[in-house]
Amino acid sequence: MTEQPFFAIRDYRLNFRTFDGVYQALDGVELELERGQSLGIVGETGCGKSVTVRNILGLLPSPPAEVVSGEILFEGRDLLMLSKAEMQKIRGTEIAMIFQDPMTYLNPVFTVGTQMIDVIMAHRRSLDRGERMTRKQAREHAIEMLRRVHLPNPERQIDAYPHQLSGGMRQRVLIAMALSGSPKLLIADEPTTALDVTIQAQILDLIAELVDDLGLSVILITHDLGVVAKVCDKVAVMYAGQVVEYGTIEQLFDDPKHPYTAGLLHSIPDPEGAATHLEGIPGFLPNLLDPPAGCRFEARCPKAMDVCRRVRPPALDLDGGHKVACHVYRPEDVNA
Amino acid sequence: MLETVDLDVSFASRAHKGAKIRAVNGVSLKLERGDALGLVGESGSGKTTVGRTILGLNPVTGGRVLFDDEDITDQLMGRNKSFRSRAQMVFQDPHSALNPRMTILRSVAEPLVLHTDLRGPALRERVAELLEIVGLQAQFLYRFPHELSGGQKQRVCIARAIALNPDLLVLDEPTSALDVSVQAQILEFLKSIQKRLGLTYLFISHNLAVVRYVCNRTAVMYLGQIVEQGETGAIFGDPKHPYTKALLEAVPLPKSGQPRRGQPLKGDIPSPVDLPQGCFFHTRCESSMPGICDAGPVPVTALEDGRLVRCRLY
Repeated sequence: MTEQPFFAIRDYRLNFRTFDGVYQALDGVELELERGQSLGIVGETGCGKSVTVRNILGLLPSPPAEVVSGEILFEGRDLLMLSKAEMQKIRGTEIAMIFQDPMTYLNPVFTVGTQMIDVIMAHRRSLDRGERMTRKQAREHAIEMLRRVHLPNPERQIDAYPHQLSGGMRQRVLIAMALSGSPKLLIADEPTTALDVTIQAQILDLIAELVDDLGLSVILITHDLGVVAKVCDKVAVMYAGQVVEYGTIEQLFDDPKHPYTAGLLHSIPDPEGAATHLEGIPGFLPNLLDPPAGCRFEARCPKAMDVCRRVRPPALDLDGGHKVACHVYRPEDVNA
Repeated sequence: MLETVDLDVSFASRAHKGAKIRAVNGVSLKLERGDALGLVGESGSGKTTVGRTILGLNPVTGGRVLFDDEDITDQLMGRNKSFRSRAQMVFQDPHSALNPRMTILRSVAEPLVLHTDLRGPALRERVAELLEIVGLQAQFLYRFPHELSGGQKQRVCIARAIALNPDLLVLDEPTSALDVSVQAQILEFLKSIQKRLGLTYLFISHNLAVVRYVCNRTAVMYLGQIVEQGETGAIFGDPKHPYTKALLEAVPLPKSGQPRRGQPLKGDIPSPVDLPQGCFFHTRCESSMPGICDAGPVPVTALEDGRLVRCRLY
């Protein structure tokens, strides 16, 4: 196990300082991603999935954000230790990111082409290769990228303003922009949540194509378990700032271990068949200004035991890389 | 109980001067008492406009709306409030549907104050009773919306909607703003009060799984038209219209072993300002027949199992 992972997050703790106290948003997050694979991070509102990935590229202002411990390893480097200038070289050319609402991330008063050309030329400068790139060359590269993401009529659409494009086309533009620096890792934060299902299917198909053809690695954040099952290789389920279960699609969907994962799966109406009863998960997220000492899911858990209230469950290794943070799966001989 | 006949709704467009946005084009729906009819479609399909028009929140451009066989089309925009107490609406975002400066008591009491003579302690008692039906204790009476979670707020909105014992509830994406674990609880609860109070639902949603779970009948909308309607089981089990098929295939399933790549439906939904000739779906349809599908309006065909399909293939 000394092999260097492509991307990993280890024991990552992050707090937000607020007027009400210290909000412990992330508590010991552990994740791993192999090159050329896609990892899905799922969870409900407030579970910390977006916070986890925002700071990979240093996008959380500090204060209020405060990294308490942990490392974010990318090809052997700890991204949390980089200076601002070093981080700027990673952004776009090593790791790129796309977001939920494509309109918010495009400037409405410039054409798609202008914005893409700026990005492409900035990437080229940050690579320090010394070779000059003209705007004309950058424009050609932009058209090529738009073609790569199957935007219809890229030679004409490059001069369109964002409002002239549909939601699906805007998301394609953002993906093209993200790809223009040839990143190795693409982080997609709820990329299809604002889109209709038929358009979502197009975008997911495109992401799968990029993984297959370009060998891109992807971290996909979503609240939709269906989306994860469709495009990802591995899944991490998050709850209240912790990864409660991690495994392959088969491990997690065929044999969910953590009571929260099982609860989530029993909450979704089955699009294929007539489910007769939905369980739901009663109760609320714990207050992370004053989180419980033991398991953060204990108050809502149908399998809660005495030990769950007192001791934080460690991540246990099950078969084949399947990990779960739950006392139910602790071997009997360990005394809590 | 509720019927719409060739309902048309169009809006004047400010962006396209003089042009009309034809949001709803000849929608004919029929709801029997105790039905839960799911109205599904993507953004811009006109499903919300249909729901709002039935309650008189949008003007009717053409066609008729019948409630218990009585033509209420002219009443809808008038001042006659009697119909309003019989049909109520629940909106998508419970946070913006509640006045932040009103206590839960005042919000839920509002329809009762407007339509009944209940006042004082009797009014408060009735509101507490309504809250109990939606599963909230009396302690919520004096809270404000910001003190409640999303699921609790949606329960309050439902309490307000059922305050006047309506026959019909129009539910416009009632769970889209909620997390799945909360959505599950609200869906269960909606099913149980439907039985208990004998309600009829017009359930508007883009989430096919949710509609399949709650509704006994389903109508699929595309560009302001109903392309297919019938029993929920039949539509989901054996979709006939190419759009219904594409829509069902586009839903990613929460289970392992799915092919990662597929043949997603191409292109975007056309503009309702400039509707396609012939079948509205022919520009994206795999089985489109040139010369047939792009010429003239497509009639509705009734199939053997009672379902209605608007497609030249049948």
